[in-house]
Amino acid sequence: MTDHHAAAPPAGAVPWKKDFALRLLADMVRIRRMEEKAAEMYGAGKIRGFLHLYIGEEATAVGALHALSPEDNIVATYREHGHALVRGMDMGAIMAEMYGKREGCAHGRGGSMHLFDKATRLFGGNAIVGGGLPLAVGLGLATKMQNEKRITACFFGDGAVAEGAFHESMNLAALWKLPVLFCCENNLFGMGTSIERAESQTDLCVKAASYNMPALKVDGMDIVAVHEVTKQAAQRVRVGEGPLFVEYQTYRFRAHSMFDAELYRQKAEVEEWKTRGPIHTFSARLKAGGKLSEEEFLAIDAAANSEVAAAVAFAEAGTWEPIEDLLKDLHTS
Amino acid sequence: MSRKLNYREAMREAMHEALTNDPRVFLMGEDVGMYGGTYAFSKGFLDEFGPERIRDTPLSELGFVGAGIGAALGGMRPIVEVMTVNFSLLALDQIVNSAATFRHMSGGQFSVPLVIRMTTGAGRQLAAQHSHSLEGWYAHIPGIKVLAPATIEDARGMLAPALADPDPVVIFEHAGLFNMEGELPDDWSVDISSAKVRRAGKDVAIITHGGSLPKALAAAEQLAAAGIDAEVLDLRVLRPLDTATIMASVAKCRRAVVVDEGWRTGSLAAEVMARIMENAFYELDAPVARVCSEEVPIPYARHMEEAALPQAEKIVAAVKGFFA
Repeated sequence: MTDHHAAAPPAGAVPWKKDFALRLLADMVRIRRMEEKAAEMYGAGKIRGFLHLYIGEEATAVGALHALSPEDNIVATYREHGHALVRGMDMGAIMAEMYGKREGCAHGRGGSMHLFDKATRLFGGNAIVGGGLPLAVGLGLATKMQNEKRITACFFGDGAVAEGAFHESMNLAALWKLPVLFCCENNLFGMGTSIERAESQTDLCVKAASYNMPALKVDGMDIVAVHEVTKQAAQRVRVGEGPLFVEYQTYRFRAHSMFDAELYRQKAEVEEWKTRGPIHTFSARLKAGGKLSEEEFLAIDAAANSEVAAAVAFAEAGTWEPIEDLLKDLHTS
Repeated sequence: MSRKLNYREAMREAMHEALTNDPRVFLMGEDVGMYGGTYAFSKGFLDEFGPERIRDTPLSELGFVGAGIGAALGGMRPIVEVMTVNFSLLALDQIVNSAATFRHMSGGQFSVPLVIRMTTGAGRQLAAQHSHSLEGWYAHIPGIKVLAPATIEDARGMLAPALADPDPVVIFEHAGLFNMEGELPDDWSVDISSAKVRRAGKDVAIITHGGSLPKALAAAEQLAAAGIDAEVLDLRVLRPLDTATIMASVAKCRRAVVVDEGWRTGSLAAEVMARIMENAFYELDAPVARVCSEEVPIPYARHMEEAALPQAEKIVAAVKGFFA
């Protein structure tokens, strides 16, 4: 078993206005509280199927998505609750979808792994590892052919890098200079297989560079770095420089899904990475810079908990899609 | 005034028309541009429509079929060409897991208006990695429509309604038909929902599609000489199957043989037979028969390839079995 030692926790001044910083902090807390509740409701039998928690990785989705525009396209994975929420989806619609209720964003057809939202241009959580990458290439192609300004941000994990879909998509996007931002969330494990046991080349930026694609590596636990790097990367993609690859180095604090005894990593390693937790380290930096008081943090947390309570109430009050609608929407007409 | 043209020209005209009429339509695939198309379906298109809309791809079936799905989600109307059905297996994940699922799985939010065209079938001594007939596999999948144009009229007419369809449509073009010539009537517009009787008869219904249609029609001529009046029904649309038209032929003829170039086990023929059992069992004078490919990888040597495939003689023999 390889040890993945954590670097020193993110530190230093936060170069943002207070309002903006607190908004991003609040989004991380909202994801955390929503997912803690989802895990609880899984235990209570309210949520079934697979449930993949993003806990520990919040800085990546929050920092990156706040660097994008509402008209941009988002393609995500099955670990996408946070992306959906930050993108602007209603927490109630997310929770109801996890419950399998008709009031969910996809009427309960997709569940946790398949959050879709046309309004915020979220083209799905995709549960085929690497499955979203070719779609992102096509969305980028459509954008380019229609002279639109939007870019497509495609999120995927380090596990997807071993798939053929990754290599075909990187090649096509670079060959055709498409406006796609490839956002690789490297949490060091594809399910239970560590990156050293899956990749002959563990420096993922080298792979991107082999497709003549600029590649940036960023500390995915440091929301300031995530946001600034993504902003810069998105701008380069938006002006037509072609695709760009960003590797967010992050870590999953919880199990892969709810069926995972975590035999593949040491508890000490997880604890070590928790010292780099994105919420408490960012809060500490804000406090040190006088941009956050304990009262303000508690207010943010209380607001998140209220939102979660309302989302759970919404899901609980939701209805089941009638069985007569089973075949509905198989085709458009 | 009808006019004479071959299958290749008919399909080429259909694509030309689509590209001319709708700026959202573009053609993407291996060697569709500079090479002019593997089977010359798109010869001259690159010069006329330019490299943005006639898009040569690398050998990345998974990548470019998935990109077609993404482009469709993004507002375009792509025609994605896959060189043969065997190569489409590299793209099957995107077709089955994305194109076919998105509309339903997103709760009706996202449609995928995509057309995928691919060559299918044997008969050209291309051996076991270029000759299979896997359209029955595709016909198994809810969320896509599956077409098999087998006439000049359908080659000319099926693409436009396929492109107008808001959901994914997969078109199978049998390689044995490409040089087939025929008359295109003035009104060649066709639907993509019904099966069609290609030869009316009363003694036996030969139910087939794609490259087996000419073989079925040839068999019907031989049977006519033997005093058996065969009806030939072209399924045309493999998903969803036009059950009503199948049952009408079966009820009229009381005997049916299903001809399918797919392998027998788990074949589309098996599905058609099951539907006949479910819907027309008491109309039958004999058990339904079928003529399928032998269950081997299609071999290269001509005599062995011919032996592996449905042929007019095998169809005639199967029908004569009803009257023995």
